Amino acid sequence: MADITTTAPRAVTNPRATLQDLLPKLVLAPSFAVILIFVYGFIIFTAFLSFSGSKLLPDFSTWVGFGNYVRLFNHPNWITALKNLAIFSVLYIVVCSFIGLALAIFLDQKIRGEGFLRPIYLYPMALSFIVTGVAWKWFLDPGIGLEHVMQSWGWESFSFRWIKEGQMAIYTIVIAAVWQSSGFVMAMFLAGLRGVDNEIIKAAQIDGASTLTIYRRIIIPLMRPVFLSAFVVLAHLAIKSYDLVVAMTDGGPGTATWTPALFMQKFTFGRNEMGMGAASAIIMMMMIFTIIVPYLYSELGGKKK
Amino acid sequence: MSAASQDVATRNSIFARAIIYVVLILFAIYYLLPLYVMVVNSLKPLDEIRQGNMLALPQQWTIAPWLSAWSTAQIGVQPVGLKPYFINSMLMVVPAVAISTMLGALNGYVLTKWRFKGDSIVFGMMLLACFIPFQIVLIPSARILGLTGLAGTITGLVLIHAIYGLGFTTLFFRNYYEAFPTELIRAAQIDGASFFQIFRRILLPSSGPIIVVTVIWQFTNIWNDFLFGSSFSGFNSIPLTVALNNLVNSSTGVKEYNVHFAGAILAALPTLIVYIVSGRYFVRGLMAGAVKG
Repeated sequence: MADITTTAPRAVTNPRATLQDLLPKLVLAPSFAVILIFVYGFIIFTAFLSFSGSKLLPDFSTWVGFGNYVRLFNHPNWITALKNLAIFSVLYIVVCSFIGLALAIFLDQKIRGEGFLRPIYLYPMALSFIVTGVAWKWFLDPGIGLEHVMQSWGWESFSFRWIKEGQMAIYTIVIAAVWQSSGFVMAMFLAGLRGVDNEIIKAAQIDGASTLTIYRRIIIPLMRPVFLSAFVVLAHLAIKSYDLVVAMTDGGPGTATWTPALFMQKFTFGRNEMGMGAASAIIMMMMIFTIIVPYLYSELGGKKK
Repeated sequence: MSAASQDVATRNSIFARAIIYVVLILFAIYYLLPLYVMVVNSLKPLDEIRQGNMLALPQQWTIAPWLSAWSTAQIGVQPVGLKPYFINSMLMVVPAVAISTMLGALNGYVLTKWRFKGDSIVFGMMLLACFIPFQIVLIPSARILGLTGLAGTITGLVLIHAIYGLGFTTLFFRNYYEAFPTELIRAAQIDGASFFQIFRRILLPSSGPIIVVTVIWQFTNIWNDFLFGSSFSGFNSIPLTVALNNLVNSSTGVKEYNVHFAGAILAALPTLIVYIVSGRYFVRGLMAGAVKG
């Protein structure tokens, strides 16, 4: 695209014209400067912190090299957080994609009442994770929630106490998170399905392919870009997961449901281990960037041609 | 109109269609269940929740939990209900949304219609800023707010939200203005229209939809934020999400589940209303946030 500033008449010594030339950059400059400082500058600041011996406050007088990272990866709570992140993100991404795709395909079968069902699937996305957390925390609470309901219906031996059990509590967070996000994944797949070229499907039908085959061999493979987008969005949400855990279990029972984001918060502001907190934030950022940067690069690179 | 894949549908048997409807309805119930539980139990006396069944309708209807959640429930050390925090959230959201949307529109305008050398790098850096885990900026942000005397104030929260929303608002407007014919801008420029005149008279009048999308996106995100709110708010600037969490997870006293549910609905209400009134734009924002391009 030819750039306008060079095609505009360059009146050599006219100060007004120069001002007009500079104006776009002047307008953009404050935003860009703010991003440079508050995002990239702050990342560098945090990176420095992660190599320092900071405890309660930033302290750049003592340097510990990779000491914070070594301590981090030797700390049982961080290992728990990483394990939880692995369990959470795999289940969250797989289940959301599966439910999302299934609902999208089903909704795409000329369903009566689609306009009524779709908003129902999607509304949880408008809620804050704290609200979602409160609803599921009490719904899964053995004292008043699901277990209590089943028992009061006569199923005396019914037991569902995952949210109180160290081994299982992380799965209750998966349940709530899937509830919140799967409708959104459905919307992404539905948009993808509606963009599939009619001709390909007609041709397959003429060749006598069954509905199942058409979906399995033609439509779902065509959804690859949507799978990729869904994966990127869900993975980055999973790594950031914080609010929902705070609202549902606050990391408990014990430290059973700690996630990296929770670790960062608790170590930095709760235990005055700012150096380790910074190190954990750096690791989180590296995880997200490994997923996001190649994705953005391919999206933007593809556009430019 | 007739979407491509739908043509496959017409060949399903009646049995298959019945199964599809059952699954779709079961999922609708799954998504509605937590909302139903919240609403029903927010209208019951506490005893009925403890002894009765969470899924049952109230035997004795009461709005007392709502009144309590709004104005008398114990939050932290104060029995003031959620009302002051609701106001805090409003005072925080409105300016933050306005600032970030306005700047995003101008940025999008410059990045598409006044391209310069390195503009894609600038945009790339702003785009990447959307995805950073905010944990990475928490410590320095706290420092800056402390140094500028904005720690614990609503102004500080407005600033933080406006800044970290810039990436997304710029992305939205850039993608929208990208499709706007550049010839119109050139023509106006030849006619002697200035940078701001072109923006005000030509781009802005046709920016309605993207402004709605951006405002909804920003409103929802900032209203629902917990991380910044819990990290940077002080005694007089605690936003609603943080207050709700304090209400529900305070370890002292009796757990008033009905008040918790009423409070949760109160906190969800503004974004739910936005969603119900303008769901189409809400979804468009979500998709734009997910699928770049």
